[in-house]
Amino acid sequence: MKLARDTWLTLQYEGGLLTRSPINIAISLLQPVTYLLLFTPFLKSVMGVSTYSGAYQIYVPSLLTAMGVFSGMFAGFAMLAAIGQGVIGRFRVTPLSRVGLMLGRQLVFVLLTCFQGVVITVIALLFGLRTPVIDVVVALALLALMVLIGVSISYLLAIFVPTQTALANLMNGVTEPLALLAGVLIPLSVAPLWVRNVARWNPFAWGANGMRAVYQGNIGANVVWEACAILAVIAVIAVTASSRLFDREIEIEIA
Amino acid sequence: MIEASGLRKTYQVRRRRKTTTVDAVRGVDFSVQRGEIFGFLGPNGAGKTTTLRMLTTLLRPDGGDATIAGIDLRRAPAQVRMQIGFVAQQGGTYNQSNARRDLVHQARMYGASKSAAQEQAAAAIAAFQLESFADRNIGTYSGGQRRRLDVALGVIHSPQVVFLDEPTVGLDPPSRARMWQEVRRLRDHGMTIFLTTHYLDEADALCDRISIIDAGLIVAEGTPADLKREISGDVVIVDLSTPGTAGAPEPVTVNEAAKVLAEQPCVRSCETIEHTLRLYADSAATAVPQVMRALSVKGIEPGAIETRRPSLDDVFLAKTGRALAE
Repeated sequence: MKLARDTWLTLQYEGGLLTRSPINIAISLLQPVTYLLLFTPFLKSVMGVSTYSGAYQIYVPSLLTAMGVFSGMFAGFAMLAAIGQGVIGRFRVTPLSRVGLMLGRQLVFVLLTCFQGVVITVIALLFGLRTPVIDVVVALALLALMVLIGVSISYLLAIFVPTQTALANLMNGVTEPLALLAGVLIPLSVAPLWVRNVARWNPFAWGANGMRAVYQGNIGANVVWEACAILAVIAVIAVTASSRLFDREIEIEIA
Repeated sequence: MIEASGLRKTYQVRRRRKTTTVDAVRGVDFSVQRGEIFGFLGPNGAGKTTTLRMLTTLLRPDGGDATIAGIDLRRAPAQVRMQIGFVAQQGGTYNQSNARRDLVHQARMYGASKSAAQEQAAAAIAAFQLESFADRNIGTYSGGQRRRLDVALGVIHSPQVVFLDEPTVGLDPPSRARMWQEVRRLRDHGMTIFLTTHYLDEADALCDRISIIDAGLIVAEGTPADLKREISGDVVIVDLSTPGTAGAPEPVTVNEAAKVLAEQPCVRSCETIEHTLRLYADSAATAVPQVMRALSVKGIEPGAIETRRPSLDDVFLAKTGRALAE
């Protein structure tokens, strides 16, 4: 109960700050929209898909997965900034639940990324994607789980590299392979066998495959519920581990 | 209200594959009474902030015990948090938020309902006179305005104990005087205040009792008046800069002067700080002529001689062999 209340308080406070500057939200849409509009035509000819609807069915899940993987980047920077300004320290002196403090901040990025996902899907609909609403909801649920994992990873990395430049480099080193091995540019289905074998250990690849099945109209496929289950379990572990470890290790940084 | 015994904290610092151990706080004891303004005085890096961060549950002590408002710090940090407020040296607000929003959120973190939190925020805005800027972005505040908001945030839940880390650092003199007033006002409202400072005048004017901390250890403890009384007599300061020029004297001259003055019967002890000598004497009035005579016999011409009552800086010098004042 207290956890729910404290998570909601933090979500309201941090989310409120974000919506105070809508221009930043608009800017955050630029990159995914650019990829959606300019990369899909390439993919259409490379993959030999006959219609744009088919091309979007392949690429929209990839793009959403990439947004899930890279959302952690911004979360890590925001966390370092909040630590640097002493805000995290001020919150940690209060009786606020430690997990609530972390989860509330993470949910801000979940909502932001899901909002971006809705915008991307709506634009893709305008350009020829055909998909039922329920499928979009399931895809967004998978996206939300991926964001929780991505943000947790970046918080864990932020513990060990407390400067922005170092964090940027390390994040790139971790997220680029995760993204490529999830098939965010070219789907894994055309990858060599060894790549596909490695990708089995990448939760984001499961997310991408699950989403792609959903967007192709196979919402009942095994890969969909498997992806949901795998991502849900990993997300719970990631969130708990990152808030526990963060609470224990953060003292080193500010001292 | 606060009892600490043997508090210790050690950091492992990794630099270029070498791990060094830094003993930030090496076992400190103190006790703070209810309604007191207690000062932790020491130079930068003495362990003040580390001690404060342990007492406010932000750092786990490596050893020792502490109770705050009767609650064991190590066993029940969550309960300690309900009883304390903390104002960090660097503050703790986002530039793009505003005072009212942060005050409401702060009150809610301590469990207040939305309407109660809004009332508490309004009361704090009135008490700390934040009205004229409470709804403006914090990025536009002056240093003094920001500090007042920091303190207002730290005490929104009327804690029993308030911890202030260097509350006046970086403030201009009027803002500083105002912050002293605010601290006294909090005490008048029944709060116990624990503050750190490296300003001697602040410790002297504001604190009922102080502990002097140096290199992670407490070197003196008492009321400012008691501590100064320990250094009985007067202080005679001999400046050996050459009169009329900016040039500092030769180190040889300073050493020779220190040696000859320390031998004078009226001088109880003598400390050298750059090109001035600080002499402790029973009476300045009788010491000054002797000092003049002894120096002129050696052919040394002092630039200036000043006498005064002992200050907390003299206490610090006597305990550590170094001057605290910058």
